[in-house]
Amino acid sequence: MPEGKPETIFDVVDKAGMLVQKGRIKVPYTWAAGKVASKFLVGLRDERRIYGIRCPECKTVFVPPKKLCHKCMVEMSEWVELGDEGVLETFTIVHYGEPTVHPVQPPFAYGVVKLERADTGMVHLIGEADLASLEEGQRVRAVFNDIRRGHYLDIKYFKPV
Amino acid sequence: MERAAIVGVGQTRYERSKEGIVAELVYEATCRALDDAGMKIGDIDSVVTVSNDFWDGRTISCMAVADAAGCYGKDASTVECDGAFGAFYGLMRVLSGYDTTLVVAHSKVSEGNPRIITNAAFDPIYERSLGLDAISASALQARAYMKKFGVTEEQCALVSVKNHRNARNNPYAHVPLDISVEDVMKSPKLADPIKVLDASPLSDGACAVIFAVESAAAKRAKKPVWVKGVSHCTDAYRLGERDLTYSIALESAARRAYQMAGITDPWRQIDVAEVYDAFSYMELMWYEGLGFCDRGQGGRLIESGKTGMAGELPVNPSGGVLSAHSVLVAGLARIAEAVLQLRGEAGKRQVAGARTALAQGINGICAQQHCVWIVSTEQ
Amino acid sequence: MARRTAIVGIGQTYHCARRDDVNGQELINEAVTRALEDAGLTMKDIDAIVIGNMDHFEAINYVDGWSVDGSGAFMRPIMKLTTGGTSGMTVATAGYYHVASGFFDVVLAIGWEMNSSSDTTAAITTCCQPLIERDFFAGAIGPLAAEYTAYIKRFGATEEDAALVSVRDHNNALNNPHAHLRTRITVEDVMKSPVLCYPIKLLDMCPRSDGACALIYACEGKAEKLAPRPAWVHTIAGSRDFVYMGEPFQHEELITLERASARAYKRAGITDPLKEIDVMELYLPASTTGVKWMESLWVCGRGEAPRLIREGVFNMDGQLPVNPSGGPLATNPIGATAMIRVGEAALQIMGKAGDRQVPNVRTALATAFGSCSWSDVTILRDTKP
Repeated sequence: MPEGKPETIFDVVDKAGMLVQKGRIKVPYTWAAGKVASKFLVGLRDERRIYGIRCPECKTVFVPPKKLCHKCMVEMSEWVELGDEGVLETFTIVHYGEPTVHPVQPPFAYGVVKLERADTGMVHLIGEADLASLEEGQRVRAVFNDIRRGHYLDIKYFKPV
Repeated sequence: MERAAIVGVGQTRYERSKEGIVAELVYEATCRALDDAGMKIGDIDSVVTVSNDFWDGRTISCMAVADAAGCYGKDASTVECDGAFGAFYGLMRVLSGYDTTLVVAHSKVSEGNPRIITNAAFDPIYERSLGLDAISASALQARAYMKKFGVTEEQCALVSVKNHRNARNNPYAHVPLDISVEDVMKSPKLADPIKVLDASPLSDGACAVIFAVESAAAKRAKKPVWVKGVSHCTDAYRLGERDLTYSIALESAARRAYQMAGITDPWRQIDVAEVYDAFSYMELMWYEGLGFCDRGQGGRLIESGKTGMAGELPVNPSGGVLSAHSVLVAGLARIAEAVLQLRGEAGKRQVAGARTALAQGINGICAQQHCVWIVSTEQ
Repeated sequence: MARRTAIVGIGQTYHCARRDDVNGQELINEAVTRALEDAGLTMKDIDAIVIGNMDHFEAINYVDGWSVDGSGAFMRPIMKLTTGGTSGMTVATAGYYHVASGFFDVVLAIGWEMNSSSDTTAAITTCCQPLIERDFFAGAIGPLAAEYTAYIKRFGATEEDAALVSVRDHNNALNNPHAHLRTRITVEDVMKSPVLCYPIKLLDMCPRSDGACALIYACEGKAEKLAPRPAWVHTIAGSRDFVYMGEPFQHEELITLERASARAYKRAGITDPLKEIDVMELYLPASTTGVKWMESLWVCGRGEAPRLIREGVFNMDGQLPVNPSGGPLATNPIGATAMIRVGEAALQIMGKAGDRQVPNVRTALATAFGSCSWSDVTILRDTKP
């Protein structure tokens, strides 16, 4: 881009006479977490604890928690402290990079982790691991960030125990 | 159900980075479907367009294709799901008073960033920040499925080999290839166990389908193809809440569609199937959900060759989604391909004597939603 | 042919500028729960769901799948529809067709928006063709303002005529516990409010709200059992205009509303809408549209609307009350706004509109406006079609 040119959201590329414009939609967003997710996220931030929530009807313990059980469509209010260890149910090793959305550089792993006392899996990053030797059924433990903001990424990743 | 038929279909060629703007793709598919039906736009009573604001990179994306789909002055609507779902809405409208409804879907996947776009399908409060997208999430599903049932990467690769080869008979296909299992196994890894040749391409394209009530169908140029059953169903939202190894939503949608169509033995009663194989493992999982084989037997079924062109139930003679993946279009294209098969107009990809066909659409991350269609030459 | 279909349940949130206490799924569920309660149903009775909003106001892709925890779509069919400002009626209409086609007996339709999640105008601006109009287009106010300027010039209407519409709708909202803006205002307040884009002032323009609305449609045979007085759908008609912003510019009329309402009247056997329709819930994004669009609804001749407005014909105690709920000028969760019009019209038919009830409503009309001057019209009655 030539010096002094004002910043624009559009850029024009000439492909042998066919003009292509490059741009991006820039809209700022603010998402309310709601009471249930707020409690879960505050638990991560202030206590380094992972809380799930139990359905009064089907007894499923959900983590991350949500207000309504999608099966019974009833509100849940019984909180369950889940500990920070669980079993790696499945995983993938990602070989491509997408800096706009990836919090880490490839190669890295995602896993579905079943925490003790939880009935649903928690999808998260797997870290401090030899990626080549990851296995289903292996035990993993949550590693918390030192600086926590009340965010899903206050858990840095799960690492093999 | 009351009788309704598909009387016209039209597709563009699917390819990377098409020159035209989305409206031009929609216009091309619309004109082809009208020509196919022997109709003019004035013969169309209602229009359903299919578009998604994220994939199109603009809000109210339906505006961009309204003119091209002939919406001016008409009663039109827009479904923001895969085209197979949009088609269902079109069918509803012809069964509720409109004689004819045009359904058209488009996609210029090449103009956006599919990873960022599919990342936006994850909960902004929780999983979105992990950077998950359609490929990495599907990899979690693929691995969970394969591990549970002992399905191998080579068995998944056979789907890719079959469908890319079939695509050589389809002039609309984007990626016709003569490849081997070894080629698939050696292709670069995207997200383990998904490799480049296990994944569908990014294809630009459009597809249009015209529905008509019985009285209007009789007047059309081509032999009508009758809708016998259609149903869709939704799984839980979060991956950790689903059984990633088996789709209960597909089973439910298929069961209901079969019930409507009077199908009790899908393997014997269906002559050809077009399924939504966004990744190679999906075709195997869908065999199971559709009742083509028992749970966990998808790998053995592909190995048997029975879903190949010369098999008992050819699946994806068109080359499937692995050979042309226009997001949102692909489910509608499955219906269009099923129609061509039943008319005997599928050219080199024709399955001889096909009378009953299945088409499947999926929507959302790891196919959270499934839509199953049964169409037939018989009323 | 279509099965006879009626609205048997209506649920809304208490709309407001910002809901920090719920996420989108929870907001949706508030409306769903109220609609189910209103019809005396549970989620088990619902055969299918349709949902809609505008993607870039919340940035959630595949809202249908995401909504499951609030919409109740687990192991049910759900379909998303969206058409901009008209979305709410697009979704309501789809709810109707789901039942009318014979595929489903009881269907839940949900319109929702959390406008506080984003910058509404930044998001709307992306509706424009990126190569031609996006660089300079900024929101919905400009075109509406220009149209009214032309109308003033042609017919001698005044800014005060628009202010009368604003006063009517805002003050009607005082009777609606679900309305977002519930403040008594005067013509003077409107005239003194800051000019946004001449002649439209702040109090002439709709707000943006967080809110959701849910409707339950049921087939003949079930509807009569679910509601003592179901609101039967007599017709739904829509009309689309051209796509580029420059093309559809009509100064004095809204051609899509003219066409859609004419088609709807014909199908419903209405020849004199002013006399034959008991109440209207209109999608009026600005008070100015409440003047000129009355003509596009065929309730009066060209240029006659200002006189009828000055005479109070469309007030609560007038011949044809318009927007007893307060309309979009009081409440505007965009993806829900047009569905609220249908829901409020249904409440009037069902006799459940509380303090905003118009006596003896037998025929009610609702409209939607969106995209490039696109219009939809729904006509409900207390009798079967």
